[in-house]
Amino acid sequence: MEFVQNFPFFSIILSLFAGPLCSILNGKWAKRVNLAVITIILAMSSAVLAFTLRTGDSYVYMMGHFPAPWGNEIRVGMLEALMAVFFCLIMLLCMIGGVLEREREIESTKQNLYYIMVNLLLSSLLALIYTNDLFTAYVFVEINTISACGLIMIRQNGRTFEAAIRYMIMSLLGSGMLLLGICFLYDLTGHLLMSNIKEQVAILNASGQYHMPLLITVGLISVGIAIKSALFPFHAWLPDAYGYSTLSSAAILSSLVSKGYIFLLVKIFYRVIGFDIVRDSKIINVLFVFGVIGMIMGSISAIKESNIRRMIAYSSVAQIGYIYMGFGFGTELGMIASLYHIISHAATKSLLFVAASGITDASGDSTDFFDLTGAGYRNKLAGIAFTVGALSMVGFPLFTGFISKLLFAQAAVDSYHKLLPALIALAVSTILNTVYFMKTVIRIYTPEKREVLAKKQYQVITMKDQKWKSAALVCFIAINLFFGLYSEPVVGLLERGLKIFA
Amino acid sequence: MNLANLFNNYEEAVAMILFGIGFSNLLLQKNLIKKIIGLNIMDTAVYLFLALKGYIEGRKAPIVVNGVQSVEAYINPIPSGLVLTGIVVSVSVTALMLSLTIRLYRRYHTLDLDEISTRLKKEGL
Amino acid sequence: MSKKVSEEKYKKTLTYRLKQWLDGEDLFTGTVEMKPQEPYKVDQAVSEQRHEEKKRLLEQIYDIEHNPEMRIFNKIYRLFAFLFCIFLVLMLLTAVSNLPTVGSADRPVNNEVAKRYIENGLQETGAVNIVTGMILDYRAFDTLGESHVLFVATCTVLILLREDKKKKAEQNQNNDRLYEPKNDVILQTVAKILVPPIVIFGIYVILCGHLGPGGGFSGGAIIGAGLILYQNAFGFHKTERFFTAKTYKVLSFSALACYALSKCYSFYTGANHLESGIPLGTPGAILSSGLIFVLNICVGIVVAGTMYTFYVMFRKGGY
Repeated sequence: MEFVQNFPFFSIILSLFAGPLCSILNGKWAKRVNLAVITIILAMSSAVLAFTLRTGDSYVYMMGHFPAPWGNEIRVGMLEALMAVFFCLIMLLCMIGGVLEREREIESTKQNLYYIMVNLLLSSLLALIYTNDLFTAYVFVEINTISACGLIMIRQNGRTFEAAIRYMIMSLLGSGMLLLGICFLYDLTGHLLMSNIKEQVAILNASGQYHMPLLITVGLISVGIAIKSALFPFHAWLPDAYGYSTLSSAAILSSLVSKGYIFLLVKIFYRVIGFDIVRDSKIINVLFVFGVIGMIMGSISAIKESNIRRMIAYSSVAQIGYIYMGFGFGTELGMIASLYHIISHAATKSLLFVAASGITDASGDSTDFFDLTGAGYRNKLAGIAFTVGALSMVGFPLFTGFISKLLFAQAAVDSYHKLLPALIALAVSTILNTVYFMKTVIRIYTPEKREVLAKKQYQVITMKDQKWKSAALVCFIAINLFFGLYSEPVVGLLERGLKIFA
Repeated sequence: MNLANLFNNYEEAVAMILFGIGFSNLLLQKNLIKKIIGLNIMDTAVYLFLALKGYIEGRKAPIVVNGVQSVEAYINPIPSGLVLTGIVVSVSVTALMLSLTIRLYRRYHTLDLDEISTRLKKEGL
Repeated sequence: MSKKVSEEKYKKTLTYRLKQWLDGEDLFTGTVEMKPQEPYKVDQAVSEQRHEEKKRLLEQIYDIEHNPEMRIFNKIYRLFAFLFCIFLVLMLLTAVSNLPTVGSADRPVNNEVAKRYIENGLQETGAVNIVTGMILDYRAFDTLGESHVLFVATCTVLILLREDKKKKAEQNQNNDRLYEPKNDVILQTVAKILVPPIVIFGIYVILCGHLGPGGGFSGGAIIGAGLILYQNAFGFHKTERFFTAKTYKVLSFSALACYALSKCYSFYTGANHLESGIPLGTPGAILSSGLIFVLNICVGIVVAGTMYTFYVMFRKGGY
């Protein structure tokens, strides 16, 4: 056993340990510890990714002295390592980009509490990616929920409290259903480790015993996780939570938190129940319908918004709808398209949030649409970054959004019955996306009238003024271009990873 | 629906009815405190359901007495451990929801979530 | 009434009190009742504005009498809510009716996993209580995550309720402890008698978690209850002598760090198929079962501190 194989376990324990460590430090040192921990975990995950690419297969790591099914274990393959690297990278860039806002908006005595939340969120994401045990997944889902709630309400104004309590209510509904589904599954199969459950489910499916409870269990687990990741009817908390919390919270929440749950759902579909059984139960049709409705309704709500951050938040609702539409196809191409869209959306959405904050900084901290006129000339880097993000969301070639839309269209052609609704929904939602994103891009590049400028005295911001945020923006743009131009290796990696995922 | 088996599994049926009551309270009640009570009922119902998984008639709790270590003497220990974990999670989220309710009440002097959102739409931030 | 002692001194003696009690008089009048509260002073303008807002809310937005849409919506909402609950319960009952029978011995759940835990649990973990052996040795990763759930919930409660700026006006408005009786005689006497046994019992439950029912979680809750009783009886001033914010931070950090480090060692040796050098001892002795003893103590400390912190944050917002 090579030393590199210990790294996933080290990363989980390191981020779990860094949580209580930040509780005894003050704000400044907690920030440094947090950035150091994320960087170290990024390095370790890259080493693991290189190792899994070299061996080409996944391995199982025993947590304790007892093998499965008597003890816990984690399983590391190409797909998990890629997700871990990517999540750490995005989290690092979001934390760097939001430094100024955190110092301004959080009380000085509660700064270290924020970094505890971020550390524990990172540990729960890593555990959800690597785990091979269903009950461990539930415990870390709860850590994820509570630390995400802490991230939302650190800013302590009326809107964030209301968003936090709506988020908790929805999330706890989802958790309750997920736990009930896990209990049912344990009763029917007698195991908690994912690979063992899959064998038993295959036996049960073949013999036809317990058919009805198995169906209801699959439904409970899928609906529970769908509620937690803000699928269409359950998204009421999203606009307020993303729109009014501090910048790094909004960026991390929109790009990483929902994606952790979606990855868990993929894992359950492939490794616990078996994709054939899921396809035969009609649950993916329900996910498909809600995904399609979410795509359209999210974009319509975004058009009506006049606050730029809430507009980006509503666009998140639409993008989660895309991912569930990809699940709903029921084919391997659909899954690959959804997984690629997880990566693409995480990269683009955090870019949009950081760029939007750069734009509002140059407009006197106002998020209202009409105050943003001409902001592209006052803060050049943020304007370029916002344009890149908007074009990627719309699906302009050269950026990563184009590749994910292409993959979705290919997956739609492959599945016969869902071809027409999927293509219509894709087309309509692209048009709607163009409406509100291009409207904003045009607005920030329209020069402001001279008398209004003289009255309001906006500040011009150059790259040197906000070093950290500019660095984060440049890195985000680079990632977007990289995924847009060199997507072939990544898609190939996803395909190979998905084959050994089951 | 297999009614005969339902009456055999009546404990689990009770757990499911409680789950339904708790779930609907959490979702549909307007008062925040009643929602939290619904959350607790729902979680307790799930733990009742889980604890029943381990019960085997006529056997004792899984603490080794007199060196007797055969499988016939004890109930299944796994669900008990899982319920321990679950109870701690339930306590934590209840404490979190209650402190959020306290802060909301101090700010808006109402426990009705719809009223709070309506007031928020008018006042801005 | 007394020949040897003066009137005032006699009134304070035990025999006079006994005589009063035998005569049927109340001994504690004037010392135990709650002090009368000051009437709740509310700013007139603020309360009028609130009343106005509520009226406007009911009339214009929730306008039930004049708005037919709202009336229909209310009725349909209630109907659909009721139907939805019935549907959910029926669906779950259908699932339950097809599950294996409760209490029978041949369910899928009683398989080789439970067999090994019961038959070899004592030898492999050293714990007489099989459930403790399971959660702290076989499936220790879950318990590690769970202690951190408790920790992160405490952090969120600290974010929301901890008050750091001592603004007088804010304190008086949020604070309803001004009207409670302080130094209640009955409570203090009972607490003096009960708190030491409670804490000792809690420590016993934690330490003997692997020998009988108990463990870190239950023992920690018992100690937390003892601390809360002490605080209720004697007030914040006396409790701050030994339990401050710094105490909580140090205790929780050291307990969680100790837990994480010992589990790191245990998992690393386990996954790399090395022998862990920790002796298991003789089953039945207190110092046995290797790491489980230490982990129980860590978990107990965390849970006790957490219970007390929740209580104190909800009452005062500070230690």
